[in-house]
Amino acid sequence: MSSVLYDVAGPRTRRRTLAWSIVGGLFVLALLFLAYRQLDSRGQWEAERWQVFWEPPLGQSAEDVWRSMLITGLGATLRAAGVAAVIALTAGLVLAVIRMSTSRLVRWPVTTVIEFFRGLPVVLLMFFAVFALGLPTFWGVVFGLAVYNSAIFAEILRAGIVSLPKGQSEAAYAVGLSRMQTLFSILLPQAVRRMLPSLVSQLVVLLKDTSLGFIIAYPELLRHLQTNTQFFGQRYWFQFFVVGAAIYIAVNFTLSRLAVYLERRGTKKAAGGVAKAAEPVGGKVGGGEAGPAV
Amino acid sequence: MDAVMDELPLYWEGFRTTLALTLVSAAIALVLGTILGSFRVSPVPTLRGFGTAYVEIVRNTPLTLVFIFFVFVAPQLGWTPSDFFAPAVVALSVYTAAFVCEAIRSGINSVGQGQAEAARAIGLTFPQTLRLIVLPQSFRTVIPPLINIFIALTKNSSVAGGFFVAELFGVGEQLANSHPGDIIAVLLGVGVCYLVITIPAGLLAGYAERKVAFAR
Repeated sequence: MSSVLYDVAGPRTRRRTLAWSIVGGLFVLALLFLAYRQLDSRGQWEAERWQVFWEPPLGQSAEDVWRSMLITGLGATLRAAGVAAVIALTAGLVLAVIRMSTSRLVRWPVTTVIEFFRGLPVVLLMFFAVFALGLPTFWGVVFGLAVYNSAIFAEILRAGIVSLPKGQSEAAYAVGLSRMQTLFSILLPQAVRRMLPSLVSQLVVLLKDTSLGFIIAYPELLRHLQTNTQFFGQRYWFQFFVVGAAIYIAVNFTLSRLAVYLERRGTKKAAGGVAKAAEPVGGKVGGGEAGPAV
Repeated sequence: MDAVMDELPLYWEGFRTTLALTLVSAAIALVLGTILGSFRVSPVPTLRGFGTAYVEIVRNTPLTLVFIFFVFVAPQLGWTPSDFFAPAVVALSVYTAAFVCEAIRSGINSVGQGQAEAARAIGLTFPQTLRLIVLPQSFRTVIPPLINIFIALTKNSSVAGGFFVAELFGVGEQLANSHPGDIIAVLLGVGVCYLVITIPAGLLAGYAERKVAFAR
């Protein structure tokens, strides 16, 4: 990675690294221990508190608890994310195509709309949809996510098209393709492939943002955690938080890994195949990681 | 429209709270993120592991969940702050630090290899190389992505509105309740307040990006 920052270690440096390693390790362990002790002093490790996941009190069965989190809660989260992702990708594609238009009259309003929605908080859009437009909370969440992310997707696709070498469109025009043909059969396929990692990491952001539905009372995963603690008592908050966080991290981690995998595959293909020449200096514009992937 | 005009003082109050939330969290996140970023490139494996784990966990956790931790869970664990501003700042800083860390790390990777090699050749140690040679140069490349991170932070601070802080979004919720007839105008006003911050900052980021690209 950035091993260029330090030499291959000699015996003395290796001893020093080892010493620092131990110091660092102790520092991390101390942090963990402090956290453990604080939790212990509040009795968070008592078996009774965790039993809520296999033998819950108040006449509930373990199945009820897990069903509320995994099927009802996570299900609602994934449903909203899925619908929003499909709408946002389609709308983003349309916006990107319109923004590439030669007519300023067409391009300008779309640019304004993109800039407008990109600058607003998603939760405000959701709130607007539910309380001003009167949509049900599910569609409120989908509205907020779709409107915001279509603007982002449009920007990512545009950045992808702009980053392609000029020769691509010149060659397409030279063989007599029209503007639209060039865009759809030459530029977009390459841009989508080039931007696939950014698109997937934006999808992770979209999935994470479904949790904003919590604020407008859409019954997604986090709402169900809260309902559970309201039913069983506030003292179970930590336990439900741990399980909820684990579910979210597991789902998002899988998606993030997919992004890394696609990035690796993408660079391999590009190196062996077409046009590696015109990599822009600023790297990727649409968020995600910049800089060389080694 | 009248509702917006009548409530201007409340908007101003919300705007100031949003700015305060953003600036305080940005400062903390910048410090924390830089420390984590240097952990991630350090020769010490345990620190590197700690940095990586932090970033991976926080980046895959939704901000709302971080807020839930500091607002609802932390009182169960013994932290009972007197108001909701402090937990909001902590949640935003902890969350944003992971992104700052990643920006700094990729900035460090973008500094030419020859720089670090030359520094090593004249006998600088790792901390010296990082502090005197690499970090000062990487800050330049890092500025455009950092501005973008802080724009995102400004927008993210709206989540605090859902957790009892009366910043812009919280004010919007409040006004939407008290002026149900003018809800569209009221929320549009809130939106404009956000755009007043985010659009100029976005232009600034674009300008900085062109500047940096030009200098290469």
